[in-house]
Amino acid sequence: MERVPITVTVNGRRISAVVEPRMTLADFLREELGLTGTKLGCEHGVCGSCTVLWDGAAVRSCLVLAAQADGANITTIEGLATDGTLHPVQQAFWEAHALQCGFCTPGMVLTAVALLAENPNPSEEEIREALSGNLCRCTGYQNIVRAVQLAARHERAGT
Amino acid sequence: MKPPAFAYERPQSLNEALEVLAREGAEARPLAGGQSLIPMLALRLARPTVLVDLGGIAGLDELSLEDGTLVAGAMVRQRRLERDPLVAQHLPLLAAATRLVGHPAIRNRGTLGGSLAHADPSAEYPAVALALEAELVIRGPSGERSVPAREFFLGPFTTALADGELLTAVRFPLPSAATGWGIAEVARRHGDFALAGAVTLLERAADGTCVRAAIALFGVATRPVRATAAEQALVGQPLTVETFREAAARATEAIDEPLSDVHGSAAYRKQIVPVVVRRALEAAAQRLQAT
Ligand SMILES: Cc1cc2nc3c(=O)[nH]c(=O)nc-3n(C[C@H](O)[C@H](O)[C@H](O)COP(=O)(O)OP(=O)(O)OC[C@H]3O[C@@H](n4cnc5c(N)ncnc54)[C@H](O)[C@@H]3O)c2cc1C
Ligand code: FES
Ligand code: FES
Repeated sequence: MERVPITVTVNGRRISAVVEPRMTLADFLREELGLTGTKLGCEHGVCGSCTVLWDGAAVRSCLVLAAQADGANITTIEGLATDGTLHPVQQAFWEAHALQCGFCTPGMVLTAVALLAENPNPSEEEIREALSGNLCRCTGYQNIVRAVQLAARHERAGT
Repeated sequence: MKPPAFAYERPQSLNEALEVLAREGAEARPLAGGQSLIPMLALRLARPTVLVDLGGIAGLDELSLEDGTLVAGAMVRQRRLERDPLVAQHLPLLAAATRLVGHPAIRNRGTLGGSLAHADPSAEYPAVALALEAELVIRGPSGERSVPAREFFLGPFTTALADGELLTAVRFPLPSAATGWGIAEVARRHGDFALAGAVTLLERAADGTCVRAAIALFGVATRPVRATAAEQALVGQPLTVETFREAAARATEAIDEPLSDVHGSAAYRKQIVPVVVRRALEAAAQRLQAT
């Protein structure tokens, strides 16, 4: 099949590549760019572990073709920390013990980042609703919800 | 879980897209938000040879108000319907229905037209279109045609769209000011497909009785259906809890082939239909009271 030229910005870096049409954005990030922080659980849209930010909005990278991402600005979990300092949401996940195996964590963190960018003071109900599309097989979710609440408090306090 | 190989085209205009579809025939598939099509490719339930990405076509993602009608382009993203002030002001039912569609990450990519063309019997938008008697605007090689929602949904994942045709817009007539609306569904988790759901519209006369009722069911039959017997049981009646209960009990009469799967048996779905109908009717009546 004829390959498609694309230019995407990933974590601030502009990248030009030529991709096979059937390659998903998730596989492009993981296999072509080596950004394996983006996890693949179900590969058909139900688990949320492949969530990345597309122009700041959460999307499932297994449900977009790399070819469709031409011109997009993508942030993966690798793009959140700056100069070795964790992003407030990452820091809060650590402090609140919001991960065990960590497989769902990149998707959870990015979903929470997108939520807080839009709604800096979400209720517990809103947090649960925003995370409802992300599955975790370990934590039982309680500490993930707490971590998002903690991150919201930290971000509002500017710490 | 990798899609089979296909070619990818990204036309810049509607005419160009129609040309590609005409040239490639039945093996070509339009690609909108990809939130249903890409899973089908990954599961190899669909094997198109060419995907025609509608994302580059200007003008398919417009939202406007034209004398009493909300006109929404097929490529309007679901997330926008959830938040657009025009929708919130004139057709809040559409925004409320959108919040029940999947999760934010799905709605950020998924489109109105994609959901209608996909015609999942458990989807919310087809029932909204049916309750509001929306018109679906279709473009094909021989020009434009308009199909009323009741003639558009033919069965599970089957619509009146022919190969080579594209859904370009949806025309939603705005309900009168004396109309209340409701939507209720039962799903396993927030964002999951409904096991049963209902969209209701209730129009009230000056004397407080019901002059017009629309009830559309989703998640229970092979396509969205209007619960006509329940609607008739409401017309001319006062808008009371008793009337709603009686009407809701008749809603199951509209279901000839109930859906049944691991998430909900036919018997279960039929049992909860009156519940969702009653909830959606009560919500509609409450909104009427608030006006
Ligand atoms: C985890 C998950 C949960 C979901 N939950 C729900 C839910 O609760 N309720 C719900 O309603 N939906 C749900 N969805 C589906 C979602 O709403 C999809 O976005 C929608 O069904 C399809 O829209 P799309 O724009 O993504 O279309 P695509 O996936 O791109 O296309 C779907 C189909 O429609 C055709 N098509 C698309 N646009 C056009 C057009 N303009 N003209 C002609 N044909 C066209 C395509 O060829 C394809 O066959 C869910 C999806 C996922 C992955
Ligand atoms: S891997 Fe993308 S949603 Fe599961
Ligand atoms: S921490 Fe293991 S899946 Fe969530």
